[in-house]
Amino acid sequence: MLSRLPVLPALAFAIIVVLASPLAFVGIQAAQAGWDEADRLFSRPLISTLIWHTVELSLAVTLLTAVVGFGAAFLVERTDLPGRRTWTTLLALPLAVPEFVRGYSWVSLFRSVHGYWGAVLVMTCSLYPLVFLPVAATLRRGHSGAEEVSRSLGKGPWSTLWRVTLPLCRPALAGGALLVSLYLLGEYGAFAMLRYTTFATAIFTEYKLGFDAASASLLTLVLVGLALLLLGLEAASGHRGRVVVTSGSNRGARPARLGRGWLPAMAGLTAVVGLSLGVPLYALGYWLLKGSSTTLPSASVIGATFTSLGYAFAAAVVATAAAVPIALFAWRRNSRLARTAERLAYVTRALPGIAVALSVVFFAIRYAQPLYQQPPLLVTGYVILFFPLALTAVRAALAQVPPGVEEVARSLGTRPTLVLARVTLPLIRPGLGAALAMVALTASTELTATLLLRPTGTQTLATQFWVYTSGLAYGAAAPYAALMVAMSVPPVLLLTRRSLGADHPVETS
Amino acid sequence: MRAIRRPVIALTAVAACLVGVAGCGSSASKASAGGTSSGQSITVYSGQHEQTVKALVADFEKRTGVKVELRSGDEAELANQLLQEGSASPADVFYAENPPALTMLDEKGLLAPVAPDALKAVPAADSSPKGDWLGVSARAAAFIAATGSAADTAPPTSLRDLAKPEWKGRLGIAPSETDFAPVITRMIAADGVEATKAWLVGLKANAKTYDSNEDLSAAVNAGEVQGGVIDHYYWFRLRDEKGAADTHSKLHYFAKGDPGALVDVSGAAVLKNGKHQQAAQAFLAYLVSAPAQQLIATSESYEYPLVAGIAAKDGLAPLDSIGTVADVAQLGDGKQALQLLQDTGLLQ
Repeated sequence: MLSRLPVLPALAFAIIVVLASPLAFVGIQAAQAGWDEADRLFSRPLISTLIWHTVELSLAVTLLTAVVGFGAAFLVERTDLPGRRTWTTLLALPLAVPEFVRGYSWVSLFRSVHGYWGAVLVMTCSLYPLVFLPVAATLRRGHSGAEEVSRSLGKGPWSTLWRVTLPLCRPALAGGALLVSLYLLGEYGAFAMLRYTTFATAIFTEYKLGFDAASASLLTLVLVGLALLLLGLEAASGHRGRVVVTSGSNRGARPARLGRGWLPAMAGLTAVVGLSLGVPLYALGYWLLKGSSTTLPSASVIGATFTSLGYAFAAAVVATAAAVPIALFAWRRNSRLARTAERLAYVTRALPGIAVALSVVFFAIRYAQPLYQQPPLLVTGYVILFFPLALTAVRAALAQVPPGVEEVARSLGTRPTLVLARVTLPLIRPGLGAALAMVALTASTELTATLLLRPTGTQTLATQFWVYTSGLAYGAAAPYAALMVAMSVPPVLLLTRRSLGADHPVETS
Repeated sequence: MRAIRRPVIALTAVAACLVGVAGCGSSASKASAGGTSSGQSITVYSGQHEQTVKALVADFEKRTGVKVELRSGDEAELANQLLQEGSASPADVFYAENPPALTMLDEKGLLAPVAPDALKAVPAADSSPKGDWLGVSARAAAFIAATGSAADTAPPTSLRDLAKPEWKGRLGIAPSETDFAPVITRMIAADGVEATKAWLVGLKANAKTYDSNEDLSAAVNAGEVQGGVIDHYYWFRLRDEKGAADTHSKLHYFAKGDPGALVDVSGAAVLKNGKHQQAAQAFLAYLVSAPAQQLIATSESYEYPLVAGIAAKDGLAPLDSIGTVADVAQLGDGKQALQLLQDTGLLQ
């Protein structure tokens, strides 16, 4: 009888309620603004320009990250490119470069990088791993049989890429692109440094100079609208891809020969890694060597490192654990309700970080006072912020599991929980690994929510970095940023070697 | 078996990790307000230069036995946080960078009156006219110019000059900084709304917009623009970081009496709903005591002390040669300045 209880939907909806709380906060605040204020805000001539800036930037960066992310994933997973393992690690590492380090490094080294094209360049470098990681996981795990069949039937490599490989990656690609575009809607800090104004700029002005959460929230509703539009687009464009292999052995792909394409491929990847990893690392080295404030960081740096690690890891585990029920719910029953629940979880990603953090403040102090400014609160903030990353990875992995596999296991008399533990979860293990790593890497460099939600007195590497840079002491700040990057190497290695790769050794030639 | 064992290992690691995270949290029990503040614990939200506030807190703890939980952050974010927390806020004291944040909290009825003795320690004009927050230190608006540029050899004497056509393409501004609004407010008070609006339109045509005073200072130092309006201490911190050899900029001040000759205070307030009123008042009283003012005067924050008889840091222009502290009532909550900045498109 117990198994008949709708445990999964109940759990999924409980999680959705927490995840959607920032939307409720924005609604509550916006309702306090009144029509006059709405009129004042929206009748400004620049508003439509700002919306266009946001849309124009989102389009370009989403497209570029999709191309770069997919291209890189294809090269490291499906071709005989030399040093593919190393490339995979290097390509994932930019995820660990804090946003504020990236923005500042570009601006301080290349003063001509600014405005629209500056923002496109810097954001593409920063966000393509969100496409690269899920697509690489899909390709690594995915069956290459169809591609081999396609080629054996005389289709050329390009045709196979377009008609077989690309559709195979569709859920991962669409999920990654969705993450990128949603993130761009609410991003502010990097654009401000690059002197490019988007709609989020207007929202920040209301918070920062007007101390006016009501007006800020009213403006934020526009971002929510854009996010819903993007989700609708994703739903309409995608057959919600379910690319599964129902028979045949799941063995390694035979890598495609690059031949003379070897050189441009290497050059392309070198450029991507150089721009996205090399520039910030060079800037860090420069600050370390040139800054007068450079000293050996105090002993507190060790504490800050462990605190960052602890929170990032806790957030990764909770976010991934929360993503499983939502993704499973939507995967098992392809109902409108399930899909709506799943999509709702994404909308929060489009909100500016400060709105999410303030919503956690708002609800926690009213309904969870004992937890206020305690460690679980910061973890909750991270989970709300980065849940969509985990969901995308888990969702993409589930899309490759043959439907009915659970029913078969259950029909053999296995209890549902055991089916989950022994069948479903092991099948999506690469997705779980990708989810853990993506959330942990992103959370370890988060700043806005950390400053607002951390227990009083708690220091992370990001907050220490901020303390020094806001006093212009870049030399003193650099070790903290360098540690953030260094700290991320193990999870990236784990992600690329273990989660992505251990299942079937890929032939190398 | 492999598939099962791994999650177990992972879960154990997670559990250990969560315990570790929990251990990092503050578990200081909060004593209730009693007869003496010693042994109490207060929470201070601070948007001020963290290193300086840390030194102040350590000295205060040693002198009074009151424990301070210091929560440093961005001034505007902390103010927003206090607004959302409302009466349930754990904060006892808010230490801000500029008056508008304090004035806004005062307007929302979140501040308690400052004890008269503390208010008496600094000139009356440096604190809130209602006595709801206390002036602690001062900073001056200044013009940073790239060394040797035309802006350096012929610096502007008035803020009004910066809207003139001859400054086209030579300036940088950081209008989204909380330090910039008070300059506009002063301009409105001096010349009126319409003239200020026209001035802002001219300024917009002349200047490149930067996100922060840090970015603007760096851009002037790098020669990207000739000059810009900042608070004086950004330049001193930049000089400390770059060293003399790499400092390619200088500070100039506007003529005394000009709206640009703005001296602005940083202040602190006691939250009305704080649970440790006495200890919080003691902290404010400490901030304007001679030892605290001495610490501020010698710190890397390069701010001016407000208490008479304490000398500012060597190398700083004497405060009275720059101007007098701006009338706090006149600075208000900065909303009018924000409105103008938005109307003229300098801010979105």
